[in-house]
Amino acid sequence: MGLLTNLRDSVSRVTDRLFASDDPKRIGIYGPPNAGKTTLANRIARDWTGDAIGPESHVPHETRRARRKEGVDIERNGRSVTIDIVDTPGVATKVDYKEFLDHDIEKDDAIRRSREATEGVAEAMHWLREDVDGVIYVLDSTTDPFTQVNTMLIGIIESRDLPVLIFANKIDLDEADIKRVADAFPQHETVPLSALEGDNMDEVYDKIAEYFG
Amino acid sequence: MPEATPSDSTTESQNGVQIDLISGSRMEGLRSMEKIRLILDGVRDGNIVILEEGLSPDEESKLIEVTMTEISPDEFSGIEIESYPHEEAADQSFLDRLMGRESTKKLTVIGPANQIETLHKDDQLISALVSRK
Repeated sequence: MGLLTNLRDSVSRVTDRLFASDDPKRIGIYGPPNAGKTTLANRIARDWTGDAIGPESHVPHETRRARRKEGVDIERNGRSVTIDIVDTPGVATKVDYKEFLDHDIEKDDAIRRSREATEGVAEAMHWLREDVDGVIYVLDSTTDPFTQVNTMLIGIIESRDLPVLIFANKIDLDEADIKRVADAFPQHETVPLSALEGDNMDEVYDKIAEYFG
Repeated sequence: MPEATPSDSTTESQNGVQIDLISGSRMEGLRSMEKIRLILDGVRDGNIVILEEGLSPDEESKLIEVTMTEISPDEFSGIEIESYPHEEAADQSFLDRLMGRESTKKLTVIGPANQIETLHKDDQLISALVSRK
């Protein structure tokens, strides 16, 4: 890409954000499969609109299409911020239908799910490049955050100069290790929470308002 | 003389695993999609592709996207990819970042997901187990 094109894109990104500051921000919820993205999206949507976004499941790739909840008003400290939540499929570099067979899913259904999952991941990547204004990156704090997918995704988000919050989810579980998540990405703020149990949601909403408001 | 392509030398690969080490200068002259095609064509042939200087974040994003579109049951289940952690932009100036001149020089290993397994990875070592098809 040429120097002028890069400069034009950079200036365009900055001016777009400056002049669109009153519009609701589209906040993408990203992360690997089974990190609890949909549970978090549902928690936020239920807390502020009363509606859920999509079904939650322990089966990987349950979310196979990006789902959007528009106009979520979050009130913090006497002011209100409006965001559109985009719950995205978990990002992976491989999808093998045989993994679904371990969850008592028939082969035909497993193949269909894997096909939908691959389309969903491709769609999520496209959203990240084109259509989100900020990112909540959700990690399962009971698992090793130091994976290639996480490193690549955070690198992609940083390269686009998008504001990002790291959410260390599942702190209600004994194996949770918040420090390990914080140490993996020290350049970003890490917020611990349990989307399932609703633990530490006050701080979650404070940070969403601070970063994306 | 035409430039050799990695797939020119696959005749012996039935008996082992072919490893393509692609130099930074070779990749430098290619467009993003040409790089992705070069990588995926090699990986889909069962080769391990090692990039001397890796891909940019935007190219990595497109690599994931294109990989997803090519996954097919019982034929291709995706890729395994490992690189050293992205050196944060400590050595990059603000102007470099503003201009999109991201430092992407990080050795990167890419292989078929069903043939390569990462055994260990830290910021100085990537250890992988490679099996034949």
